[in-house]
Amino acid sequence: MTSDPMPQISTHRSGLRYLRRKSIEWVACVGMLLCTGVTVFFLLTILGYVLYHGAASVDWEFLTALPVPAGESGGGIANALVGSAMVVALAALMAVPIGMGAAVFVNEFPGAGLGRFVRFLAEVLTGVPSIVVGLFAYALVVRPLGSFSGLAGSVAYAFIMIPIILISAHEAFRLVPVSLREASLALGVPKWRTILWVVLPVSSRALLTGVVLAVSRALGEAAPMLFTAFGNPFWNLNLRKPIATVPLLIYTYATGPYEDWHRKAWAASFVLLVFVLVTSVLTRAFLRGKADE
Amino acid sequence: MSNENYASAEKRGGEELRAPARASETASNKARLEIHGLSAYYGKTRAVSNVSLSIQTKRVTAIIGPSGCGKSTFIRCLNRMHEVTPGALVEGRVLLDGEDLYGPGVDPVEVRRKVGMVFQKPNPFPTMSIYDNVVAGFKLNGSRDRRVIDGKVEESLKMAALWEEVKDALYKPGTSLSGGQQQRLCIARALAVDPEVLLMDEPCSALDPIATAKIEELIHELKETVTIVIVTHNMQQAARVSDYTAFFYMGELVEFGVTSKIFTNPEKHQTEDYITGRFG
Repeated sequence: MTSDPMPQISTHRSGLRYLRRKSIEWVACVGMLLCTGVTVFFLLTILGYVLYHGAASVDWEFLTALPVPAGESGGGIANALVGSAMVVALAALMAVPIGMGAAVFVNEFPGAGLGRFVRFLAEVLTGVPSIVVGLFAYALVVRPLGSFSGLAGSVAYAFIMIPIILISAHEAFRLVPVSLREASLALGVPKWRTILWVVLPVSSRALLTGVVLAVSRALGEAAPMLFTAFGNPFWNLNLRKPIATVPLLIYTYATGPYEDWHRKAWAASFVLLVFVLVTSVLTRAFLRGKADE
Repeated sequence: MSNENYASAEKRGGEELRAPARASETASNKARLEIHGLSAYYGKTRAVSNVSLSIQTKRVTAIIGPSGCGKSTFIRCLNRMHEVTPGALVEGRVLLDGEDLYGPGVDPVEVRRKVGMVFQKPNPFPTMSIYDNVVAGFKLNGSRDRRVIDGKVEESLKMAALWEEVKDALYKPGTSLSGGQQQRLCIARALAVDPEVLLMDEPCSALDPIATAKIEELIHELKETVTIVIVTHNMQQAARVSDYTAFFYMGELVEFGVTSKIFTNPEKHQTEDYITGRFG
């Protein structure tokens, strides 16, 4: 090699090393594009498939009528829609305060090993199969009360939601700058008020996202309903009695022998999917609106 | 040595030694805070060692020293904010008007209402309006009378020399203000609680020279009503605003005295080395 004062390799566009770098870049780029494509493909396929099979059967009657006996045409899933809404709402009423309260504990008392232990337990709990959660709710609520009930379904959903809310709330609290907490404490604001006035409002957007995530997750779970809410072909607004829910109805209809049921299972899936999509889009829009304030 | 405000120091060079001129009248003054044998730790690391000094009522006391010398830790001990840090520990006594802030049964929340604090970076509450920021601490006094609260907002913002700039925008978010305005908002917020002592932890280090000059002017006005302790990296600033200066080095109080004496005729060679820029 001659002693050239200007190193040429980095600007030379036809050198062997340059070609090698360029081809590695190309391979990596195509590889990542493929991975992205596969992910998006499955999502779009699921959406498209449900849309194709379900949308045609969704009409006003489907949303507002009760199920009809097998073999008859018509009928809808109104009772399951209302049942799902009631069971999930009650579950959220239980899970939101418990999950957030526990997150506050975990965040504010990290010195005690207990806080870290609770966080660890929450992570384990997110991995527990939902059918096991259903069995647990069966033992905890259905057995003592002597009947399947919407209440038992809510308890099962709450168990699924609590760790999701706890973990997302804890992450949200951790992002609140120490300087804001200190600003509040230095004004002589007690710790509990600092949490209520400063920590919670500052993290409210992330908290809401966590709650929506937990609700969406619960809305789609059928397994925990099998031995809790149980399902009900009739109107029922009493949470002490068995109640219909959408995912359980989808499970029942999809595994049933009738063509009409299969159609309705698709239609119900479509409704569920649209609801979850619309909820998350609305939440995002709302949060973006808040951020612009 | 910090040079960031050198220009403004030169500009105001003529009045650099103004503050110490008043120090002669402090002989009969009484101490608001008396600190006896104060040591502060982070875990096993000792950040402040056995510091004793008196803070005079309605005077400005500056704490100077190189980074990591324990200045900030020291003033955080004066309103019991040090113990907010996990693993932190304080030894010694801090007497506010004769009462030990670390005595048994003393509630740190009450201490912080008497000894307010302004931080290095302006930290208004982002979810609150200017109005709500000012009375965030004051509202705890329990007053719900709208006129009382309105009056307090105006009074505090006037004391912090911010009223004229924000009086038509009180319901805008506190974070919409400029950095210097945010810092004055934080000062107004601290003043609204009617503290006896105001601790300022490098209040100008995140501000430009013009905003810095405004805060310094404000400090001159505020010492008519409150006792001020200011930590600063900037020695010109200490000379400009303070009546007394304490020089900290490696967690120890090296020298404490009237500002004019510290800056013109220090007793310890370490102090002289630091203020002449030989280290730090």
